[in-house]
Amino acid sequence: MFEAIAFYLFAALTIVMFTITVMTSQALYAITAMAAGMIFISAFFFILGADFLGAIQIIVYTGAVMALYAFGMMFFDTTRDVVEKRTNPQIVFVLGVLAAVMVVAIFVAPIVSNNIQALYPIQEGVGNSQAVGMVLFTKYLVPFELAAVMLLVAMIGGIILAGKKMDRSLTLMAEEEIGSMDESFEPQEGGH
Amino acid sequence: MEITLSHYLVLSTILFAIGLIGVMRRKNLLMLFFATEILLNATNIAFAAISHYIGDLSGQMFAFFIIAIAASEVAIGLGLLIVWYKRTGKIDLDQMNSMRG
Repeated sequence: MFEAIAFYLFAALTIVMFTITVMTSQALYAITAMAAGMIFISAFFFILGADFLGAIQIIVYTGAVMALYAFGMMFFDTTRDVVEKRTNPQIVFVLGVLAAVMVVAIFVAPIVSNNIQALYPIQEGVGNSQAVGMVLFTKYLVPFELAAVMLLVAMIGGIILAGKKMDRSLTLMAEEEIGSMDESFEPQEGGH
Repeated sequence: MEITLSHYLVLSTILFAIGLIGVMRRKNLLMLFFATEILLNATNIAFAAISHYIGDLSGQMFAFFIIAIAASEVAIGLGLLIVWYKRTGKIDLDQMNSMRG
């Protein structure tokens, strides 16, 4: 009973928040509604018993990703209204619903055909975080390490892309100046 | 009133549709990134729900890796966006026609 109430409450809240994110013309409204929607989504994870996933959702999405977006928005002109594409709304609606139905078919098909069976069943008497740790560091160890390397590459890439020549404004320079700047920047390490 | 797997899948689908509408509607690249995050979150809900109702932890594992991919996508994407904004002063999709595609 309480599960049903919680599900419908958070479902309504999440849908409203994400609709605001998609439909508003103000970038600041979009980012705040998005952060709220992320927190409401973590509620579903807690209802489903995936405690660790819910905590990760709050920490990573509302903590790191949203902070990164807020940081990025400081570079951009967010006060002006966002201009939208002038597409036919009927085409957008039909394509969206079609793709969503396809996603449902993809997810439901293995359940309907009863081909699915629990490879790593949830053990009794073990907390969710503990069970996640046991599966993650045995069966999924290689993907876990690959994800770590991927995050490291992303971090280095983000630092290099955003922090490159922060002391000079590339917007106020001509194309030739930027080109000559790149040439003078390259051969310092002896080329490649 | 029992909440079944279908409830969660329908919710996930609704959120996915909202995200798709956002992807098709937006011209500002930052808003486009927001719509992509909504898509990833919708699939995360579906994975967690299936993981719970099947009694298998693999769904949650995939959700973790999706979160990791989303984090690295944001880092790289925002870096590229900042470089593009420094060079052109705009982050609209229509301005990105330097390849004359």
